Amino acid sequence: MSNPDNEKQPDVKITVRNLDFYYGDKQALFGNTLNIEANKVTAFIGPSGCGKSTHIRCYNRMFNLYKGHRGEGEILFDGQNVLDPVVPELELRKRIGMIFQKPTPFPMTVYDNIAYGLKLHGNYPKSELDGRVEKALQDGALWDEVKDALHKAGTALSGGQQQRLCIARAIAVQPEVILMDEPCSALDPIATAKIEELIDELKRNYTIVMVTHSMQQAARVSDNTAFFYMGKLIEFGDTGTLFTQPKEQQTEDYITGRFG
Amino acid sequence: MLNSRTQRRRLMNRAVLMASTGAAMIGIIMLIWILGDVVVRGIGVINWDFFTALPAPPGEEESGLANAIVGTLLMTVAAGLMAVPIGMMAGIYLAEFGKHNMFGRLVRSLSDILVSAPSIVVGVFVYLIMVKTMGHFSGWAGAVSLAILMLPVVIRTTEEMLRLVPNEMRESALALGAPYWHMMVNIVLRAAKSGMITGIMLAVARVAGETAPLLFTAMNSPYWMESMNEPMANLTVTLFNYAMSPYDDWQQLAWGAAFMITVSVLVVTILTRLLLAGRSKH
Repeated sequence: MSNPDNEKQPDVKITVRNLDFYYGDKQALFGNTLNIEANKVTAFIGPSGCGKSTHIRCYNRMFNLYKGHRGEGEILFDGQNVLDPVVPELELRKRIGMIFQKPTPFPMTVYDNIAYGLKLHGNYPKSELDGRVEKALQDGALWDEVKDALHKAGTALSGGQQQRLCIARAIAVQPEVILMDEPCSALDPIATAKIEELIDELKRNYTIVMVTHSMQQAARVSDNTAFFYMGKLIEFGDTGTLFTQPKEQQTEDYITGRFG
Repeated sequence: MLNSRTQRRRLMNRAVLMASTGAAMIGIIMLIWILGDVVVRGIGVINWDFFTALPAPPGEEESGLANAIVGTLLMTVAAGLMAVPIGMMAGIYLAEFGKHNMFGRLVRSLSDILVSAPSIVVGVFVYLIMVKTMGHFSGWAGAVSLAILMLPVVIRTTEEMLRLVPNEMRESALALGAPYWHMMVNIVLRAAKSGMITGIMLAVARVAGETAPLLFTAMNSPYWMESMNEPMANLTVTLFNYAMSPYDDWQQLAWGAAFMITVSVLVVTILTRLLLAGRSKH
């Protein structure tokens, strides 16, 4: 799975240093420090409320939507701290896409769902728009299933198809990083398997950070795994090593099912 | 012992079932009675003249309520044009920005109070601020009083329909790099559209049968209106006046007016239902 070039000198896409996060007065993250490697899948695991979702929602400044939520520290992406208000938010979110727990097709056709993001960031002639929509649906492993239903409502698709539609929508705007916040927790095992397969495909072109409740999923799809507990990053490293030879007692307790 | 208890339960069960069925029947019978009476007596009055002629003095042929039908339509549409934009914007404010702040709570509870405010109070209020100051009854005053009655219905349904749009949908659009306003207009409002139209139609249905606020504001008129700035004929006040009159043919017209009002409210309600049914299919 690993290619020799990357092993010598891992290509870092995002560097997180001493990230603290506050919901009003309540501190939710404590000094998280880690590197997200390019073209790898990084999984965040940990019990509910441990801060893993809070952590990834800092990368695209999604928390900014809510009053009193604030992050401190450094999240270096392309040499800039994304927490710094001078980094333009819309541009940042174009470059760092996000997939949510519940599939959220927009109330429009399959085609328009994909075209929405494209139209936001560019002014494409119809023929090029068609091409880009098709490409996104193909990359999202959905094209074969919807090519005859492009003008049907996105909500008419099955749950798993809806989630792949959301992934296709996110990759249509050609982000560099894709954040996934429990992308499979609302899906059945077959739909989950398809998404996992897709993630494996996508990491060739994108850097993926995913939050998951399923340790099996983390073990199956990720290259690196971070274990969070109570807002602290307890352990971070190569997925195989973390699951077989955890350094920390807490990690071992969690992955062997002793708590959480 | 056991047998008699079982029997008592059965008897009790039957008695309660009969009582509740009876209660339901009474309600339905009343409704059918009213509807039936209005339809039976009203439908005979409806003819070409009813839609084209002006109300004539008692005893004359070719009497109709053309001016009242147009007047009611004009005032309802004008009320809608005033209440819908304001109500929708206030609803958007409540759902998106004023969820927890003091001002939002204040607006929310005031509009709840306004929903249950007696319509006659609204009529008197508009009488004081518009009719008194302008010196005469007018269609505009009528439209304003209807708009005040529509407003809280539009505000609260808009807010509720926007709240039904899951937060993940908003975040998904923003996560694509959409500006907030773009997300609101193209995603959230679109998702809530059919629900919001339902709210507007319910508000129209609510004011379509209002009499008291018009009695104090638009008053009534036997003539064609030249503008909205004069006393204006309308179905409900005409119904009220003619039903109380001693003349048989005026009473007949009142039945016709009752029929028109009932049918139009019914049509709006059924359309709303169809729209909602269409939405839940998606």
